Amino acid sequence: MSTTWNEATSMTASPITEQHPPGDFDPWRVREDFPIFRQRIRGKPLVYLDNAASTHKPQVVIDAVSRFYGEEYSNIHRGVHYLSQQATDLYEDARRTVRQFLNAKHDEEIIFVRGTTEAINLVAQTFGRMNIGEGDEVLISAIEHHANIVPWQMICKEKGASLKVIPMDQHGDLKLEQFEAMITDRTRLVSLVHVSNALGTVNPVKEMIATAHRHGVPVFIDGAQSVQHLPVDVQDLDCDFFAMSGHKIYGPTGIGVLYGKKALLEDMPPYQGGGDMILSVTFEHTVYNDIPYKFEAGTPNIAGAIGLAAALKYFQGHDITALAAHEERLLHHATENLRNIDEVRLIGTAKQKASVLSFTLCAVHPHDIGTILDQHGIAIRAGHHCAQPVMQHFGIPATARASFSFYNTMEDVDALVHAIHSVLEVFS
Amino acid sequence: MDELRDLYQEIILDHNKNPQNFHKLVDADFTLEGFNPLCGDHYTFYLKLDGETIEDIGFEGSGCAISKASASLMSSILKGKRKEEAEHLFSLFTDIVTGKIDPAEHIEELGKLAAFAGVADFPVRVKCATLPWHTMHGALQGKQDNITTE
Ligand SMILES: Cc1ncc(COP(=O)(O)O)c(C=O)c1O
Repeated sequence: MSTTWNEATSMTASPITEQHPPGDFDPWRVREDFPIFRQRIRGKPLVYLDNAASTHKPQVVIDAVSRFYGEEYSNIHRGVHYLSQQATDLYEDARRTVRQFLNAKHDEEIIFVRGTTEAINLVAQTFGRMNIGEGDEVLISAIEHHANIVPWQMICKEKGASLKVIPMDQHGDLKLEQFEAMITDRTRLVSLVHVSNALGTVNPVKEMIATAHRHGVPVFIDGAQSVQHLPVDVQDLDCDFFAMSGHKIYGPTGIGVLYGKKALLEDMPPYQGGGDMILSVTFEHTVYNDIPYKFEAGTPNIAGAIGLAAALKYFQGHDITALAAHEERLLHHATENLRNIDEVRLIGTAKQKASVLSFTLCAVHPHDIGTILDQHGIAIRAGHHCAQPVMQHFGIPATARASFSFYNTMEDVDALVHAIHSVLEVFS
Repeated sequence: MDELRDLYQEIILDHNKNPQNFHKLVDADFTLEGFNPLCGDHYTFYLKLDGETIEDIGFEGSGCAISKASASLMSSILKGKRKEEAEHLFSLFTDIVTGKIDPAEHIEELGKLAAFAGVADFPVRVKCATLPWHTMHGALQGKQDNITTE
């Protein structure tokens, strides 16, 4: 299929009229769903390659949020009136959409949170606080985002427990042969990133979960970078917890999901106290509500949940394997082109990768790369990507990172490659 | 792309490639580290004073072209300057790169530092240019804690 793509397509080809191979996935059509691409940045068409940081929103998501505020809005779970019931229905429908998207068994296993960061903190402060004691261990990996390091560090420090780290090799693959031996009878939880935001590494989490379970240890999966690239089925993975962020899968900011197995969630103490998370309150005693409400204190991000549901429906409206294949082609095309530039060092060459390409240029700091690319209308990320231990592993302060979505085109990649050459020219 | 040329002036690229005073001072009176957490710029500055005069200045570390060239130019310009002159240049430099004042009116005072005027068009890069100056300023004030730009 990939042979039908003309990899030498001229950069000056007119974008919208670009011919695409019939029957193949067509990013140009998808782009029409995203109003952001109608504008020009610094007089140039937007080449947005910062999708691992956040993705753009299709019109259907913007419309769903706007319709909710304009026509359907009210608080939920509290009113007897028409609008409140309607808003409650939409919010609970959104929960069902997420359940179905992740293939969770029960709706109440889906808890709406602000994002992956909050999901991890929630579990650290509830499950962690309850189960981690002095001398216990939490096991994470060397390629975690700070969001999957710091919350565990905090609870470990408080409890006198220790944080252990599965090492990685020079490609950015975890040293799996060491994983099982690192699980001890003091390990209370394994928490792993599914797809690394800094390196693109796809961890073999299903096998790792099975290994941990053989030792009776539950597993938390940080899915912030996975759900938008690969099909995820939490029952098939058999993870105990799973977290995702709406804004990275074409949904709004400020909304995310914590999935937890029902029995675990039911046993956990609440995270925050307040309205909605209670059944009854007296000054002496409070009876907590059932899951998921026990974990959703206060008025939640109702519009966010509705927007997220619209995003997931939009995403699922496509053939996910075709999207993935297209992203794979983009990654391949970019990787091959960058490999051919002598000054480029690719950071993260794992066996299985999502469409994230981190690199450094000999003698040019990533920050300078980012500035020059920006002048070409190309948005990439330059920095440590909230993964400083990963940078330390590779002995670098930062990388430049291009991360692709299905709405990116081969021309976007060509523009990136062209602009990298002009960075080298400036610094020659 | 003219802005790019204004930002990455020849003199900035030269100092990035061949930074001056890029070494440790073993007998420094003040040593202070400066960080830019956002992009990982990280330098250590060494100052040696003779009374009120900066006798020698050196730095080590790594970072982007703007921060390294800024550190290099700062170090060569401040050598032999009195503390109060250094502090004056610090505030002048900050005002130039944040676009608060017109460099054309201070050409003489600025000398080679005028090369950084283009930074004003790149707000996210201002911290890169000012990091060395903030650190130097902190050192002169006798600060012990690392300087960060956040
Ligand atoms: C792997 C990973 N985990 C966690 C997060 C945190 O997500 P959020 O900022 O949406 O809470 C991110 C976001 O960059 C991420 O890439």
